[in-house]
Amino acid sequence: MSSVELRNITKRFKDVTALDDVSFSINDGEFFVLLGPTGAGKTTTLRIIAGLEHQDEGSVLFDGEPVDHLIPSDRDIAFVFQQYSLYPTMTVYDNLAFPLRSPMRRTPEPEIRRRVERAAETLHITHLLDRKTANLSGGEMQRVSIGRAIVREPRVFLMDEPLSNLDAKLREALRVELKHIQKTVNSTTLFVTHDQIEALTMADRIGVLREGHLIQVGTPDDIYDRPADTFVAQLVGTPRINLLKASRDNGTLHVDESTIRLPVPQGDHLPFSFILGVRPEDVKLSERGEFGGQIALIEPLGVETILHIRSGEQSLLSIVAGMTNLRIGDEVRFDINRNRLHYFQSDGVRIPVS
Amino acid sequence: MATIELRQVEKKFGSLHAVKPMDLTINDREFVVLLGPSGCGKTTTLRMISGLETVTGGRILLNGRDVTWVHPSRRDIAFVFQFFALYPHLTSKENIIFPLLAQGTPRAEAEKRVSEVADFLRISHLMGLRPGVLSGGDQQRVALARALVRRPEAFLMDEPLGALDADFRETMRAEIKRLHIAEDATTVYVTHDQIEAMAMGDRIVVMSEAVIQQIGTPAEVYYNPANLFVARFIGSPGMNLVNGRFADGAVHLPGNNHYPVPQEWLPALQRAIGREGDVILGFRPEAAILNENGALAAEVYASDMHGAYAMLHLNLNGDQIVHARAARGIRYPIGASVRFDLAPDMVRFFDPRTEAALPWEVR
Repeated sequence: MSSVELRNITKRFKDVTALDDVSFSINDGEFFVLLGPTGAGKTTTLRIIAGLEHQDEGSVLFDGEPVDHLIPSDRDIAFVFQQYSLYPTMTVYDNLAFPLRSPMRRTPEPEIRRRVERAAETLHITHLLDRKTANLSGGEMQRVSIGRAIVREPRVFLMDEPLSNLDAKLREALRVELKHIQKTVNSTTLFVTHDQIEALTMADRIGVLREGHLIQVGTPDDIYDRPADTFVAQLVGTPRINLLKASRDNGTLHVDESTIRLPVPQGDHLPFSFILGVRPEDVKLSERGEFGGQIALIEPLGVETILHIRSGEQSLLSIVAGMTNLRIGDEVRFDINRNRLHYFQSDGVRIPVS
Repeated sequence: MATIELRQVEKKFGSLHAVKPMDLTINDREFVVLLGPSGCGKTTTLRMISGLETVTGGRILLNGRDVTWVHPSRRDIAFVFQFFALYPHLTSKENIIFPLLAQGTPRAEAEKRVSEVADFLRISHLMGLRPGVLSGGDQQRVALARALVRRPEAFLMDEPLGALDADFRETMRAEIKRLHIAEDATTVYVTHDQIEAMAMGDRIVVMSEAVIQQIGTPAEVYYNPANLFVARFIGSPGMNLVNGRFADGAVHLPGNNHYPVPQEWLPALQRAIGREGDVILGFRPEAAILNENGALAAEVYASDMHGAYAMLHLNLNGDQIVHARAARGIRYPIGASVRFDLAPDMVRFFDPRTEAALPWEVR
């Protein structure tokens, strides 16, 4: 496996700048997820690494060596797409063996058998090897297409939303599988998605893209706990982070249109007006809580319940474990976890506070 | 006011049984969700209630009146399907007011009603704009306003949030529920998304393969699923279900694990299974509690971060993965050994032959 580096990549399509000076690197054996909404430039990035698209500026390096002059087939990458491009009349075995039998590779049959069987075992599809792919379920087909990438033992895996056409249960299961496989095989993987839960659960590191700009690169903890701006803060976490307009008055922090008052963090220079971010799990109900509010809406999810709390003119989301006996209209008290507050400028950029 | 009653209602398309005879009563002002995977019969059920689809058998009563063979327009209940399909050449306001004027509502009253609704949905500032310049979420709000403005006695909604991205879905989910609470209109809501069903429904009708699997409140379907299908379908991930063998007061599980059956469950298991027999042990991910001296042992298969919490995927033996919810910061390397206990009140048992839950004993 290889490391991958993008240096100052810019890509334009006519008047549109799809990628604007994007730089990041993926370590050897790392699971790197590019996260962003549709049109952010995720797939373009992937295609530039693969050589299917050529950048206008910048350079792509594998193991420190530029690959810009190499055509896609010489870059030794394996693609896994949303659509499984399998041969329906071939067996699973032959589909897996196909890339190894290409004239370019000419792998001996015993070696092919060894690799196919090992990949099949990793993916739990050994019992399917003799079946025609046309008779497989969606999840099985996606496993086979991942298997076909694995047998190649490429330098880099590129995955473009491979789970997004599957139903929720299957997606959950395959997320766990993919992560397990990646950690077992230690493949360098770039995985592209718009789904924050896929990014948080699978990535070693996440790169957040928005409109061609790389906004933040970090571990799932970094992205969740220290989002670079309000866009990233809202992109990860469900239910969504509470973003409250706030202002300071000497040592006191006021959440606008509410009775919520907090001390201004020591030694820091917050502007007079800013945005306070509070994750729903950091709004905690407590009989002797510092603040008061009224339950506006209750959304039970089973494992936890989302509470919409009205406090003054503000509405806050809070998460409680399990189900609740609360009813709409009930008066509640709550605390806000002061150690986990986020501060953002009015334009959305994070204000670092120690 | 609107009650909806289905008595032995069924639907066949040729040889395909889309809905097998079902009984369902939806109370006035209730929010009932029809939940299930595609092809389970939920949309067909909704369409039969609306009259867009005729029944093959059974009767449909609205407010006690048999409307089985009454034309949709004369069923005395206004139905709302998808929220999309706004007229692109009309402004938001014109889109919303249109159904009122078509009904013959005087303009002054219609105007008043539109501004009330726009206020409620916080879209007053969009009234002069055409749909083309609105974001997806705002379009959805305008469409919702158009449905709402007629003050129907019942809403029938078929996956109205299906086309939206996750972000807007969360917001609109709350919006529709807020609306329901304010308007008190009986609502039947079709979705394949169990989170939506749990968050919104007063009661959930879980369907699979043309049959109702369970009718219950969110708490009932979550804590006491009627069978394996419901146990798997509800929850994210679904309930952990482990094949085991009941003998000597314990369930013997893969990986040489023995789970001592809680005292209060023993009579139920003995009655259903006898002294010894196969059983399926079910528990939700949050019921697995990591504990160095726990009764059950497993190996970490994967672990991941979900934002506010972590999820451990544990391998009991070669092929049985169970999921355990854990505090953030708990991360184990793949292959690490862990032990855990199960919260006794969160344990469920299922009969592997019938797939039904064993009845919960009164303690």
